[in-house]
Amino acid sequence: MQTETKPELYKALGLTDFEYAEIQKRLGREPNKLETYLFSAMWSEHCGYMHSRKYLSKFPIGGAVSHGENAGGIQIGEHVIVFKVESHNHPSAVEPFQGAATGIGGIIRDILAIGARPIALLDSLKFGKITDNFSKHIFDGVVRGISHYGNCIGVPTVAGEVGFDESYTDSPLVNVMAVGIVKKDKIRSAKAEPNKVVIVVGSHTGRDGIHGASFASKELNENSKEDRPSVQVGDPFIKKVLIEATLEILDLKEVQSCQDFGAAGLLSSSSEMAYKGECGIDLHLDRVHLREDGMQPWEIMLSESQERMLFVVEEEGVEKVLNIAEKYEIPSSIIGNTTETGCFKLFWNAEEVANLPPEILAEAPKYTLNEEEPEYINEYRNLTLDKNIPINEAVEKMVCDPNFASKKWVYRQYDHTVGTRTAVKPAQSGAAGIWIHEEGGVIGLAIDSNGRQVFLNPHEGAKNSVWECCRNLISSGFKPLGVTDCLNYGNPEKDEVAYQFVKSVEGIADACREAKAPVVSGNVSFYNESPDRRVFPTPTIGMIGYTNSADKLLKAAFSNKETVILLGKEITDDSNTGGSLYQRVLYDFIGGEVDKTNADLEKKFEETIFELRDNKLIGGCIDVSEGGLFGAVFEGVKNGNTGFKGSLIFCKDEEKALFGEITGRYVISTAELEKTKKILQSKQVQYKILGKCVNNIMEFDKYSFDLRKLYDLYDKSIELEMER
Amino acid sequence: MSGKNIKAGVIVFPGTNCDMDTKRACEFFGWETEFMWHDETSLDKYDVVFLPGGFSYGDYIRAGRLARFSPVLMALNGYVAKKRGFLVGICNGFQILCEAKLLPGILSVNDNTKFICEETRLSFEGKEITLPIAHGEGRYIADENTLQEIKSKKMDFLKYTNNPNGSIEDIAGLWDKENNIIGMMPHPERAIFAETGNTNGRSFFEMLESYILSLRGEALASTRQSK
Repeated sequence: MQTETKPELYKALGLTDFEYAEIQKRLGREPNKLETYLFSAMWSEHCGYMHSRKYLSKFPIGGAVSHGENAGGIQIGEHVIVFKVESHNHPSAVEPFQGAATGIGGIIRDILAIGARPIALLDSLKFGKITDNFSKHIFDGVVRGISHYGNCIGVPTVAGEVGFDESYTDSPLVNVMAVGIVKKDKIRSAKAEPNKVVIVVGSHTGRDGIHGASFASKELNENSKEDRPSVQVGDPFIKKVLIEATLEILDLKEVQSCQDFGAAGLLSSSSEMAYKGECGIDLHLDRVHLREDGMQPWEIMLSESQERMLFVVEEEGVEKVLNIAEKYEIPSSIIGNTTETGCFKLFWNAEEVANLPPEILAEAPKYTLNEEEPEYINEYRNLTLDKNIPINEAVEKMVCDPNFASKKWVYRQYDHTVGTRTAVKPAQSGAAGIWIHEEGGVIGLAIDSNGRQVFLNPHEGAKNSVWECCRNLISSGFKPLGVTDCLNYGNPEKDEVAYQFVKSVEGIADACREAKAPVVSGNVSFYNESPDRRVFPTPTIGMIGYTNSADKLLKAAFSNKETVILLGKEITDDSNTGGSLYQRVLYDFIGGEVDKTNADLEKKFEETIFELRDNKLIGGCIDVSEGGLFGAVFEGVKNGNTGFKGSLIFCKDEEKALFGEITGRYVISTAELEKTKKILQSKQVQYKILGKCVNNIMEFDKYSFDLRKLYDLYDKSIELEMER
Repeated sequence: MSGKNIKAGVIVFPGTNCDMDTKRACEFFGWETEFMWHDETSLDKYDVVFLPGGFSYGDYIRAGRLARFSPVLMALNGYVAKKRGFLVGICNGFQILCEAKLLPGILSVNDNTKFICEETRLSFEGKEITLPIAHGEGRYIADENTLQEIKSKKMDFLKYTNNPNGSIEDIAGLWDKENNIIGMMPHPERAIFAETGNTNGRSFFEMLESYILSLRGEALASTRQSK
């Protein structure tokens, strides 16, 4: 074994003096050069979750299936719906098409490793202003990457959110959520047992993506483009074939466990298997099938070449696994076996080149973060907005703002119907619906985030992100059941970011507990900042819900002659509307206090809406979020091809009344006003009748609008900007 | 609807992704349905063979280009020549049929250069229906002579009423009635179940079923005659 490790090496690899000393202490010796490479990847933020692990343990997990595995899930009948959201922010900033494409590849493999068939994709995308040429280029590349990869592997991309704000200019966010289905008794674990054979199935291992994990763990700067070789290249065709081959292999009873190759490639997949199974593993790196000559052991261990899976198989099943790989024309190799030694050992031409206890590799140090409130919080809280522009102008600006405007340009490029499960398509309601014909019902899928609110008040903002996702599901007819989260922040070593992270994690944990929805899986992405800009703290919440019949789905569409009713609070001049989209769009303003969520009220609305639905009293249902009360009514009117005449303004500040965002609100339409009122009164919920649906008219208070003009602005805004 | 004893085969290439959807649609009509891997060569047991949608061989070079060299495509030539049954290519399957010259013309990149997924209005056998489309290379192109042939043989059975991709003459699907070959870009198999909000695809399968049964009748009649 080589022994000497110079400080230049570990520092160049991104390990701190403290971390290196910690390695020496725990090992009781100096790590050799190869071992130092291994630690640099496993103890990177991306793999080791060093700044976040301590806090993530606050999330409620009761009711989750397979928690702590590659992805977790929620049981529905005899099946488990497995889901997870993951970021691919840094690669997408450098190479948007491949970055986004391989982001899908990675999250699909996590679902696959559980033994589940992927059935849906969602994404949450954040870019700089759409008028900025660089952001436009990233946006276009990311959408094409998702379209290319997702469409090819035959998994529908059914929902998502796209946001544009200057704070994301240098660090765009690309979060992808994948959903899969597996029979409960077919779930596979990543835990390995001793004396089994280890097989790699999939693409040849090359030099791409080496140090991707440590790349994802640093801030981007003008030299980041030199990191391009750290971005992996994906092949969706091989992935589609690998999906089928993996599911066939996992059907073999001799296959004991499975891991995908994600960040830090073979290293993290194999060491985690050993760690979780509390066994040893011997790997012969010279037996891995390679794409290029002359690769060093450390390169083979750290390569993030796409489309590879690792299987642990009983001796008798080896032949069967190799045969399935051959049928699909996928290369495979037997690279070692699990052992009772409890040691993670690497060999190169029969010589032992590394020998480490898996738990030391897997358990990177946990850091404690600053929890003191930074000064900016108070400063921004006390800012007030006292400007006004004419309402007609404000409405037109809002409908064509790309945050609010139609995202058809995006989802038209995604195959959202392959699989013949899509029961609710994009833009039909607040959540997508995927038909689970195996159980007879429909799962609801939603993904949401609100960086502005979390920036102003990390705890309340994050809570509202969870509840907003719940409202998306409830307004579509689904009962919220489980959560996955992708936590996107700046550099956690900076006090402001540390506070944002800790408080928003607590907010998510509180809201999930209140909503009785466990966090089944998740991912953290730090260092989303450049010397000039830092992203708003953006925890992305992905949720699933369920309804046992497609007949119980609700649409975000009003019909002619229906009465439109607001459920929830009216906005007054005193309401806290900090973080509302209109303030940023109309005045480039962010400040003020964020409205607090009330779990009891939120629960009550869920009950009320479901009771109204079960009595067939609801025409359309929309939760009130970005764009405020006006936004919700506009959506219902447009989707239902009707119109609206009534009143929306109940306070002096007209813009606040129309566009302000506060928690716990829905707009519904009904053809049976009296029966509806009776239920609303019996439930003792606050409501207000806003007006009626009248064909082709948009009139409220003293204002009237040409609907066709508004539709035109709303429909074409993104397309015009992108095709310019 | 069982007891009709219709047997369907669904060809699976590496990269095919509408195989399961197509099988489920066939089974909805009570057809006995099997997958066959792209190296299959005995097709005579099938009343109808589907080339389903997807990205066969990753759409390298051009959509459908490589699939035409597979063993099953060779076998399909024989299946068609002896008029054993119907050959139906949907989406990528239509592209393969054109690349293999089993149907005239070609399918090229959509005129907006982007993948398009949406519900599209179509005219099908004189009535208007709506079916999902999902393709990047769905713009049908043919030269003047080919178009004349298509018209004279009445092959253009499926037309867009709101042409989404720039296809010539709004052509969305072709049916060679002499050889019983059908190719179409829209996905009828994704519009069968009420849960997905669209059941318009049933009319295509119902039509196919009646033709399969009448082809069987003709075959039976000709066997009796030769006896």
